[in-house]
Amino acid sequence: MIVSFRLNGAETSFRANHPVSLLDVLRDELALPGSKSACEQGECGSCSVILDGELVCACLVMAVDVEGSDVTTVEGIAPSGGLHPVQESLNRAGGVQCGFCTPGFVVAAADLFERNPRPSTAEIKEALAGNICRCTGYGAIVRAFERLAGREAP
Amino acid sequence: MTTETGRRSTVRDGIGESTIRPDGIPKLTGSFEYAQDLHAEGMLWGTTVRSPHPRARIVSIDIAPALAIGGVQAVLTQDDVPGRAMFGLEHPDQPVLAQDEVRYWGEPVAVVAAEDEDTARRAAAAVVVEYEELEPLVDPEEADRRGEVFRRLRIRRGDQDSAGPVVVEGYYEVGMQDQAPLGTEAGLAVPDGHGGVDLYATSQYVHADHEQVVASLGLRPDQVRSHPVGIGGAFGAREDLNLHIHLCMLALHTGRPVKMVYHRDESFTGHVHRHPARMWYRHEADTDGRLVRVEARLLLDGGAYASTTAAVLANASYFAVGPYRCDSVAVDGAGTRTNNPPCGAMRGFGAVQVCFAHESQMDRLAAAVGLDPLELRRRNALATGDRMSTTGQLIETPLPVTEVIDSLSAMPLFAAEPGDDPMALPGGSGLTTEAVHVRRGIGYALGLKNLGFSEGYDDYAQARVRLTADGVVIETAAIEVGQGLVNVLAQIARTVLGVSRAEVRHVDTSQIDSAGSTSASRQTQLSGGATHQAAVRLRERILVGHGGDHLDDAGVWSGDTLVTPMSQLVTESWEETATFRHPPTEKPDADGQGTMHADFAVAGHRAVVDVDPDLGLVRVVRIDTAQDVGRALNPESIRGQIEGGIMQGVGLAVMEELVLDQGRIRNATFTDYLLPTILDAPDVEALLIEQDGSWGPFGAKGVGEPPTISSTPAVASAIRAATGKELNRVPVRPQDIALSGDAV
Repeated sequence: MIVSFRLNGAETSFRANHPVSLLDVLRDELALPGSKSACEQGECGSCSVILDGELVCACLVMAVDVEGSDVTTVEGIAPSGGLHPVQESLNRAGGVQCGFCTPGFVVAAADLFERNPRPSTAEIKEALAGNICRCTGYGAIVRAFERLAGREAP
Repeated sequence: MTTETGRRSTVRDGIGESTIRPDGIPKLTGSFEYAQDLHAEGMLWGTTVRSPHPRARIVSIDIAPALAIGGVQAVLTQDDVPGRAMFGLEHPDQPVLAQDEVRYWGEPVAVVAAEDEDTARRAAAAVVVEYEELEPLVDPEEADRRGEVFRRLRIRRGDQDSAGPVVVEGYYEVGMQDQAPLGTEAGLAVPDGHGGVDLYATSQYVHADHEQVVASLGLRPDQVRSHPVGIGGAFGAREDLNLHIHLCMLALHTGRPVKMVYHRDESFTGHVHRHPARMWYRHEADTDGRLVRVEARLLLDGGAYASTTAAVLANASYFAVGPYRCDSVAVDGAGTRTNNPPCGAMRGFGAVQVCFAHESQMDRLAAAVGLDPLELRRRNALATGDRMSTTGQLIETPLPVTEVIDSLSAMPLFAAEPGDDPMALPGGSGLTTEAVHVRRGIGYALGLKNLGFSEGYDDYAQARVRLTADGVVIETAAIEVGQGLVNVLAQIARTVLGVSRAEVRHVDTSQIDSAGSTSASRQTQLSGGATHQAAVRLRERILVGHGGDHLDDAGVWSGDTLVTPMSQLVTESWEETATFRHPPTEKPDADGQGTMHADFAVAGHRAVVDVDPDLGLVRVVRIDTAQDVGRALNPESIRGQIEGGIMQGVGLAVMEELVLDQGRIRNATFTDYLLPTILDAPDVEALLIEQDGSWGPFGAKGVGEPPTISSTPAVASAIRAATGKELNRVPVRPQDIALSGDAV
């Protein structure tokens, strides 16, 4: 069947011939490899996307279920030609190492700041608890978003 | 020649600056290309048929049902390996594909290439392998008794009859940890049309991959090019080959590009793990706490194949006493061969396991002689000019053990009480405990490790530095695993050459000699050393060639006169290649004595934990650390290594373990193998101890591993302090706290 949806602001469609996840379609069919496949069971958040305003793991969404929906991936988070503030703050704080988890953190943090522009440290941690980073120990990631929230640690 | 006078410029983003990494923005926007993202026109997908048994005889393999599936282009077994049937990083003892017998659960038996991934996986399932199951050897002590060992190492130093009045004995275990890099194993092999192949695959060491791939393909070295690619973390998991030869075999057999990406469960079986360890210790000391004798027996399980077990065992044995003086030492180490999953490199490489044991012993010794745990360590602290207690090696580079202890001791102790916020209590969002049930504990630990490869290995790195119209270009085959080598090499070149624009370019094995492995905390010192040497030579040549005494962004200066502007200078060809070697090391004698190591680093950790003893739940609240870094070339990157390394050490202390059942991994998923989340992350305060004198560029030392080594025992010590339990095993599980006996 043909599935039509809105992807990063543009009308898009793909053919779904067999059961496949939204993540696989994004990466393999729609040439958007920014969403990463790391655990395939919704544990690590590396494939986080925003589906109709809600933060989800694309590996847990059946591709056919996005018919008529609005999906934003890491490739669609930033204004064209620039960086989203969460990207800017992660970059400056040293919050990127191997970078494999980074797109997921970007999407999850963009979702957080959309809902809550001045999150507390506890709110930042709670919002990002579904994203695993194996490199940074999370310190630089927390500092990045504390600064963005105007709540720099004293 | 254009001349002008003016002010010399100061280089931007040189050493000592926390420069922003050049690959940050592509990684943040999703455009950075990882091995998983590679694509080639007309490519096939590969997949692997794996053994469902930890040990079995292969009676027969029938590939016909798989070949009959439409879209399947190749099914290959051991009979199709064109060259050497075996591979291995140190010893080629591992079959490329199993032949007569499978020796661990998940061992590759056949590989498949098909038009798409689903077809490849269906075909893999259709290969019929008839096995005759055999009794697996899974107990390392039984393996030791049977002589199934990859290496034994015996260390005897000093008077073997020395004895002290205070004796502490203990038995300790460390579970099998996994590196769990976020990116799984992945790669693409592209046939070159002339019988050769280009390999783009996850790796920490492309030249070692190349050597093994060439041997098993039966090709000339120039027929294979191994390319560095973007990888999602490593931590030791990518030193050994896994899919590399398979991909090349499939590509050469089909004449088409072949891609393979391990799923997470395959990744857990497809790479080596941290060696689980059993350790028996006896410390004897004077009544004032000074060590008189240390005896240790170490058993590390290497699993089915050699990988780097011999070197991991060596590290465990050489660092069995920790950063302490002792003139009477006996260590007997063995790395066993079993039918458990193969073990090899993971951050800390043998020093992690023994650190848990020797630090637990030091705590018990402190209690036995009635000393503060840091004071006991201070009295025994090793220093430059001392001899290593195990190997007798004279320590010639800076080793600030006392400074680490003093710094740690001077750091303000985290004092905030556990509040009522359930998110900040053990159990966190599970809302399982209340502040009234929580007990606070504080623990300390110190760790010591070698930097670079040891035991006489010819450890070197090559780098090429060019000055071009686009600025300075540093070419290297060193792998960026996320640690920030792309920053540090550029910073070194900028500082030496005085030119602010510099970038690192990763080139393949045909374009440059080896940079060695991105492991053993070695690339800042080794590839950094090569970059430094090449840049120094290039600067000298430029200054001599243009009669100048200073080089910077403007060009070549003589006094206050700009003798050659940069725009003119870069019209000439400027290139220098350097190969950097660290001071030579040697193999041990029959007593394990000798100069086996090129350099050392020490770190210390103080852990503050909150524990609900009834539920066995732990929250690691805070880690303070002081670390010997030589010279800090990029403080923010070092902080990133420290915080990330500590998180892996905390993971080993309280949650991370591959659970085995008769050789089978029972938790090969991210649901069941617990990884620390942002809610598990302690606040970290880090002090960098800088001392001149190491042979790294500008005196830099490697920094990647020390954070992982002593953070684990510091947390275990803190849990003991909070609960009074003995806790001789990490990870400390809830039942170990809630159900075990008190310390005696």
